[in-house]
Amino acid sequence: MSDSAFLEMKFWAEQARKGGISRREFLGRAAALAAVAGAGTSFFASGAQAQEPKQGGFARFGMSDASQQDTLDPGTWPASFVQAAFSGSLCNNLTEIAADGSIIGDLAESFEPADGARKWTFKIKKGITFHDGKSLTMADIQESFRHHMGDGSTSAAKSLLSQIDTITPDGPDTIVFNLKSGTADFPYLVADYHLSIIPAKEGGGIDWQRGVGTGSFTLENFEPGVSIKMKRNPNYHKNNKPYFDEIEYVAIMDATARMNAFMTGEVEFIGDLDVKSIGLMERNPALSVLRVPSLRHFTFDMDTSTAPFDNPDVRLALKYAIDRDDIVRKVFLGEAIKGNDSPVASTMPFHIEPKPVFNYDIDKAKAHLAKAGLTSLDVDLSVAEAAFPGAIDAAVLFQQHAAKAGININIVREADDGYWENVFLKKPFNGCDWYGRPTCDWLFSTSYSKDASWNNTHWKNQRFNELLVEARSETDQAKRATQYAEMQQILHDDGGVLTVAFVNWIVGVSAKIGHGQVGGIFPCDNLRMSERWWMV
Amino acid sequence: MGLVSNPIAKMILQRIGLGLLSLVIVSLVIFLAVNLLPGSFASAVLGRSATPDAVAAFQHQLGLDRPMVDRYFTWLSSALQGDFGNSFSKRPVGTIIGPRLLSTLRLAGITAAIAVPLAILLGIVCARYRNRLPDRFLSAVTLAAISVPEFFIAYVLMLFLATRLHIFPSLSSIRSSMHFDEQLYRMALPIMTLLFVVLAHMMRNTRAAILNVMSRPFIEMAQLKGEPEMRVIMRHALPNAIGSIASVVAINLAYLIAGVVVVEVVFVYPGIGQTMVDAVRNRDVPVIQACALIFSTAYILLNLLADIISIVSNPRLLHPR
Repeated sequence: MSDSAFLEMKFWAEQARKGGISRREFLGRAAALAAVAGAGTSFFASGAQAQEPKQGGFARFGMSDASQQDTLDPGTWPASFVQAAFSGSLCNNLTEIAADGSIIGDLAESFEPADGARKWTFKIKKGITFHDGKSLTMADIQESFRHHMGDGSTSAAKSLLSQIDTITPDGPDTIVFNLKSGTADFPYLVADYHLSIIPAKEGGGIDWQRGVGTGSFTLENFEPGVSIKMKRNPNYHKNNKPYFDEIEYVAIMDATARMNAFMTGEVEFIGDLDVKSIGLMERNPALSVLRVPSLRHFTFDMDTSTAPFDNPDVRLALKYAIDRDDIVRKVFLGEAIKGNDSPVASTMPFHIEPKPVFNYDIDKAKAHLAKAGLTSLDVDLSVAEAAFPGAIDAAVLFQQHAAKAGININIVREADDGYWENVFLKKPFNGCDWYGRPTCDWLFSTSYSKDASWNNTHWKNQRFNELLVEARSETDQAKRATQYAEMQQILHDDGGVLTVAFVNWIVGVSAKIGHGQVGGIFPCDNLRMSERWWMV
Repeated sequence: MGLVSNPIAKMILQRIGLGLLSLVIVSLVIFLAVNLLPGSFASAVLGRSATPDAVAAFQHQLGLDRPMVDRYFTWLSSALQGDFGNSFSKRPVGTIIGPRLLSTLRLAGITAAIAVPLAILLGIVCARYRNRLPDRFLSAVTLAAISVPEFFIAYVLMLFLATRLHIFPSLSSIRSSMHFDEQLYRMALPIMTLLFVVLAHMMRNTRAAILNVMSRPFIEMAQLKGEPEMRVIMRHALPNAIGSIASVVAINLAYLIAGVVVVEVVFVYPGIGQTMVDAVRNRDVPVIQACALIFSTAYILLNLLADIISIVSNPRLLHPR
């Protein structure tokens, strides 16, 4: 394909993604372009072939987080083992998060907001069938959402869906969600891995026990805590996908065992690679280490409602008194990205890098301390290894850094057990591990708005909270961008969160596996590696 | 049949009674110990969303707000009927533990079937050629094997046989869907590791037990009669040493069932040790209690069996004057 044809193709792909043209239309245009560029294709083929996905192969994924408690119930699915297998391979959602972090239709062909993002209409692709041959109906979608809603639900997605008022079908392939208040990010929300579409039962409810979905792979065998084996779904609704004939998710909890299995070719992928063994991996040309920027970040959180952290200058002094580069180098062995006191990851939509970037600066720390009317400061910092991996080491380094600015940090070693009950939200200065949320609204509403249940910094900024409500129902993306930019700046300047670092998903991928850009909103290429990757 | 005379039957019944009593005491210890664990299932599951209300609701739902004595007797009476109740994750404990226990028993069974005869045979060889080359060689090798931790043996075997030579797979995560021969092939490295661990202990004790008997006057008598050395060992010394050999074998068999969690983790073998570790991490009390009870039952039962064997095999008890 010639360069201009390629660019044009890219343009139409972009249009399709934005919903400007339908997927069908896109495929038509792509075919036309391919015919025009036909001569070029064969000429160009030899170089591009390695990148072309091809059919076949048996891929085995060594996962670190399986449990004997795992079930097929979409209300649970606590870790990437079941998320990637059941949400990402067995089932589909209405939408999915593309590798670049944008939102695209999965079962949905298109989706449109109306009424100030209060009403969302999803048009569903035609002719989709479940693995048992049954056609997908709107009732299946309705029941799949209801499974997580209502008083009796024990689903982890219950609070997420509390904003839904009604779900009503509109004809055979359209479903309408009426929300209690406008939510411009609703398409992101339905991409949550719990909200997989599963066949409805007669008389209500969903039939999750049978392990049937519309996904790229059909379930062969599920042994909790051991393995999930799956076969290619020949009737899958996406062209050519999936590429593998068979896949298996293998539970390997021990980091050394996982690495051994990878090195001896027992598995083609391993999750959660031990950073200490990265050097060893990289020496082997048949194996590669993939670092995918994730949303996960580690913080030291200050309670902005109590002294001394209620003084913004004290907060700023502490933000300047930590040498994040030093911590990234020594604690995370360089395998992390230093934070800038905003919890918004660089891969998220509307991310900005607030200025000034907080660097270790003793003079500035002292100046802010003086502005607060202090010459020295004594604070207690509560940490445990449970706070985040490496929290204690990071705290000890922070103590050394801050001492030079006249800030005495007394490290309080808390018990790992009950850390989230007794320390999180309770102690005035504590370490915290955050898995992040795909959108600004979702992230801020759960952890930084005035009434957020995880408002660990007890931060109540009026302007921030106003903007949060405004941006939630704003459908003009340019306007939202300025609103979220301002919110990130406020959080950076005034908030009580001290972001130490963002970590990468560090995974091992065999050279036998081919893949495009890898998404990091969720682990395992946004949980869709089984349908996006192939054997070279 | 005058073989099982009254005193032996009485003694065996006594042992069984004592075994049951120790099981009840152990169950009490297990229950108390598990209740002393800090944290709770509710907080382990709910993580940071554990509000006091949610935790209380969880505790109530699981019946953890009832008095301890009450809970103990409910648990004990249903456990005695073979019903371990439901795990806190709402699946029956039986379906969680059952398959794992089976694969542990399979690993232990195969290992024992190789290790026990081999250990006794080598022990006899050592006793026969005591302080000579075969004895010194075997003693040195087994002493070395016994003094390194099992995970070290596991990793050394894995390094050479899996990573370097590619003879055996490094991953032993067997699935029930696999054929038996493939399962066996995947179990090769854990079996070898466990062989190294238990073989040494049993062999050295067999040797010691036989040599202990060999210093007794009736052996000297047999030797003076001019019996060949091998016959002296097999006919006169071994029967008298069976009691102490049996108790060492029992301890090692119990270890194979209850103590192999490290080997399970290294080779990713889906055994019951891993289940218990998971359950402790999740504070899934019914599963922890069931595992602990199964482990202690294995120890008590096997020791009981060893006791009975040593009583029954004792010539003086078998042939009373």
